Amino acid sequence: MTSAEVQRKLVAALMRAAGRGLDTREKAQAFVARELDFAVSHTFGGNSSCVQIAGRDAPVHAPYLLCDLGSGARVFANQLLAERGPAGHVFHVFMSHVHWDHIMGFPFFMPAYIPGNQIYIYGCHETLEEAFRRQNSAPSFPVDFSRMGAAIEFTRLEPGREYRIADFRVRAMRQHHGGDSYGYRFERSGKTVIYSTDSEHKQDDPAAIEAFVEFFRDADLVIFDAQYSLADSISVKEDWGHSSNVVGVELCQLARAKRLCMYHHEPMFDDERIASILAETVRLEEITRGDHRVEISAAYDGMEIVV
Amino acid sequence: MNLTPRRFADAVVLAPAGRIDHVTAEAFKAALVPHLALCAAGGDRVVLDLAGVEYISSVGLRVLLLASKQAKGQGGDLAVAALQPVVREIFEISKFTLVMNVESTVREALAKLSPSAVAAFDAG
Repeated sequence: MTSAEVQRKLVAALMRAAGRGLDTREKAQAFVARELDFAVSHTFGGNSSCVQIAGRDAPVHAPYLLCDLGSGARVFANQLLAERGPAGHVFHVFMSHVHWDHIMGFPFFMPAYIPGNQIYIYGCHETLEEAFRRQNSAPSFPVDFSRMGAAIEFTRLEPGREYRIADFRVRAMRQHHGGDSYGYRFERSGKTVIYSTDSEHKQDDPAAIEAFVEFFRDADLVIFDAQYSLADSISVKEDWGHSSNVVGVELCQLARAKRLCMYHHEPMFDDERIASILAETVRLEEITRGDHRVEISAAYDGMEIVV
Repeated sequence: MNLTPRRFADAVVLAPAGRIDHVTAEAFKAALVPHLALCAAGGDRVVLDLAGVEYISSVGLRVLLLASKQAKGQGGDLAVAALQPVVREIFEISKFTLVMNVESTVREALAKLSPSAVAAFDAG
């Protein structure tokens, strides 16, 4: 977020607060929490992909399950270390793919440098380990991968096969993206979360549509790449490897998923634009709803969803 | 899918009906094929009258966009018209109003594509 955007939000907030007599911190906080549009009082942020999935009944020192290691991984790790200390942590990381925005947080993922931490990195790409080692090497980074103090293990997964990892049942599915990407279906204690980013749905193959409907079937939450408009994704940005809010809603409706969280926002969009897309998508779900409602949200840095 | 074609001079108006979704889109596409083949420079203009379409999905929208691209590539013209309110909202949310010729009525679409077609339309 730029200074200009901060100023725009402040002006919008002050205009809205005019004449309201917000003369105490409590009154101001209540006003900000309840009366301002999200795009004014918050920001969707700008970190690249990193999602934590946690079991609600998991013990405090349970392993951490992450999807991707974009720049958001740095924020996650720093908060974790501040709250729970430097060592003794176990991470299970599922990689959608190894494009730079999905691995760029790892050189700054502090637990990786600390002995006594264990990091398991899973993915379906043959180049999984190579991508991480290359990133943490000259000339790209001054600290070589070999100097990371944690125990780091790479495991190649087979798409379509079910694994039991960190008390979750996990299955990967190949997605259409440059060099392929993989979505993941996580199941635990009767709940299902789908992580499906960097996935283009070309909508020209009924069998492929049906396969994704089945992959998303009855999910409690689908985290879905909605970077482009439908028009863009079918025309000027065809084969760029991303999807749209429209396809996300449709697949979730067909799969009877409970929640759709739009993810991997277009980096050029500001908070107002993303908020507008969210409002449009909520409206789209409303006007196309059959007998099943899908709750719509848009991911933001620090967001937590309880399913 | 029956498109009930109506000819007005050098334009043909096609009127799909019902839902255009992942179930019906292939049939819609197949029905368009012969009409798109004639939508070329010196050939027919095509207007898709969507007054009878109650819902269109991304699959259906893709068929429309590809049809529009084919027409343009052949030097022809294609427009859609008379969208029901829900379908218009779907077009707007999908940003398809930015990439296709969308008119409020069939007459307006014909007027944009061909003077002789709109004259024929007005003549009844």
